Amino acid sequence: MTFVLEAKGLSKRFAVTTGMGGHKATVTAVDDVSFAIAPGETLGLVGESGCGKSTVGKMIVRLLEPDTGEVRFEGRDIAHATHGELRPLRRRFQMVFQDPYGSLDPRQRAGDIVTEPLVVHGIGDAAERRRRVAELFERVGLRPDQMANVPSQFSGGQRQRLAIARALALDPALIVADEPVSALDVSIQAQVINLMAEIKAERGLAYLFIAHDLGVVQHISDRVAVMYLGRLVEIADKETLFSGPVHPYTRALLEAVPVPDPARRLAPRDTLKGEVPTPLAPPSGCAFHPRCPLASERCTRERPLLRRHPSGAEVACHNAF
Amino acid sequence: MSRVLDIEGLTVGFETGGRRFDAVREVDLALDGGEVLALVGESGSGKSVTALAVMGLLPEVAEITAGTIRFEDRDLARLGEAEMAAVRGARIGLIFQEPMTSLNPTMRVGPQVAEVLRLHKRAGAAAARRAVEELFALVRIPDPAARYDDFPHQMSGGMRQRVVIALALACRPALLIADEPTTALDVTTQAQILELFRDLQREIGQATILITHDLAVVAETAHRVAVMYAGRIVEESASEALFAGALHPYTRGLLRSIPVVRTGPAAGHPRRLVEIPGTVPPPWDLPQGCAFAPRCPRASARCRAERPPLMPFDGGRRAACWHPHVEREDAA
Repeated sequence: MTFVLEAKGLSKRFAVTTGMGGHKATVTAVDDVSFAIAPGETLGLVGESGCGKSTVGKMIVRLLEPDTGEVRFEGRDIAHATHGELRPLRRRFQMVFQDPYGSLDPRQRAGDIVTEPLVVHGIGDAAERRRRVAELFERVGLRPDQMANVPSQFSGGQRQRLAIARALALDPALIVADEPVSALDVSIQAQVINLMAEIKAERGLAYLFIAHDLGVVQHISDRVAVMYLGRLVEIADKETLFSGPVHPYTRALLEAVPVPDPARRLAPRDTLKGEVPTPLAPPSGCAFHPRCPLASERCTRERPLLRRHPSGAEVACHNAF
Repeated sequence: MSRVLDIEGLTVGFETGGRRFDAVREVDLALDGGEVLALVGESGSGKSVTALAVMGLLPEVAEITAGTIRFEDRDLARLGEAEMAAVRGARIGLIFQEPMTSLNPTMRVGPQVAEVLRLHKRAGAAAARRAVEELFALVRIPDPAARYDDFPHQMSGGMRQRVVIALALACRPALLIADEPTTALDVTTQAQILELFRDLQREIGQATILITHDLAVVAETAHRVAVMYAGRIVEESASEALFAGALHPYTRGLLRSIPVVRTGPAAGHPRRLVEIPGTVPPPWDLPQGCAFAPRCPRASARCRAERPPLMPFDGGRRAACWHPHVEREDAA
């Protein structure tokens, strides 16, 4: 099987200054993360703040250079590729961010925002580019007369449509979307999720869809990977993960999601104790062990590796098997 | 049960950017002792402005142009800033989305809560410290005596929000207003704080207004729900009835646009999300008739011409709609 993307053993550390004394410390944001995405597939990447999911996304599109590991894009390792080597590949992978306002030039007209990647990569003549941009506007549900508008004249949902149109301009094989709907109201969120799902089906492109909202991720993904404190703890196809989560953290995460059913108000709940520890001082062994109902002595000293569970999921846990 | 808060005909006008418009229009709401009322809506619905009006914290460009807010024999809509400051914190406790809105970053958390008690309750130093440690225990802060001297930045987001809840409850207020109290928290921390809210509700039974965009949070905490759209309440009902079958097409649309996590056999096959087409109209350019009509699958000529008032339905429910989803017995 050929993958559009293979991440192997990705790690990233950041130097940080902490406290009032200005102590230097190192945070391991991502620690030995591996996964693959097939053409036309959506991999959802979930986890709570500080788990490293956004850092993974940035390494995939090479906004960040990994410290170790490989990022194989259509078979070629781009983890340490130079600017010049990356340039021709850039049109094959694109990124969509949470706040499209921050990633769109506020003075540029919407039409030019979508045309720019075509100009940069020397695609088509002016007439051909106009035709393509008009098609993209129509596809994402923007009106042709909105091409003359600047981003501030768009609503949040429309700005995200614009960011998607720009990402699609170069006909990429992969879009990395980092919390693309979390800033939107729920009725608008549904519009953008449905649009992304339709476009994927039409064009057969792949998504790495990064989000904290498990409901959103379940809707859009084929497979789902769960991160905790920089590490992958479980990865499985959507049905397996949501119908039979194996890792105690995945189970706790699913249990914690609020559901729109008042009967739950009265039902007692298994609430996970404690909070995510600081990545400055991650626990030894399995990073989840201080909060884990299954933790044993082994978990405090030996880090579990991803192994195939009978359910089909890959799970990093000593005691869940 | 005793009436804690009674809002009638509340209208809040804004004057900004050369425009004059009403962000909240003719809102009627009542809250009884021990009740949790959720105020739900998307951005621009007026839910937060309604809450700010009750707290006396409207921005300078806004003012209450009509209506009354009756609370403990007074009309908060007519109270001066000095009188309002005495009510806030003492009789009305506030919890905001971001804990650092309420906490002073340069001051240890224990003394911050103690200060409120000394100010409003004239408590002595030793008594205040004891009371704060009891409050910290009430909100399940582990080892309250040790946490007393922590600075906010030494605590996690969830612990900081617990301190804010302790602060809000310090003077045993008659009313608690929580504006998106768990929105900034991670999902496992959110679950802990929601559990704390439910426990406190059972233990001390304070009347609460919960402002949120998240209907799942509503279902897990509130007895009653008021849904706002474009500055008005469009539906109000007991939680159970609302989630079992909403009357207003907007409420139905909202409920069906939520990507609900599905476990069990349906896990691999989530249904397609139902979109509400279009966007919320700006408050200075509302359509004639029902503000939701341009986005509504049930809209008729009447809806576009004539605004539906909030009308009573069975079971103490209210809805502002000419074509509500009513289960008619003759149709069954």
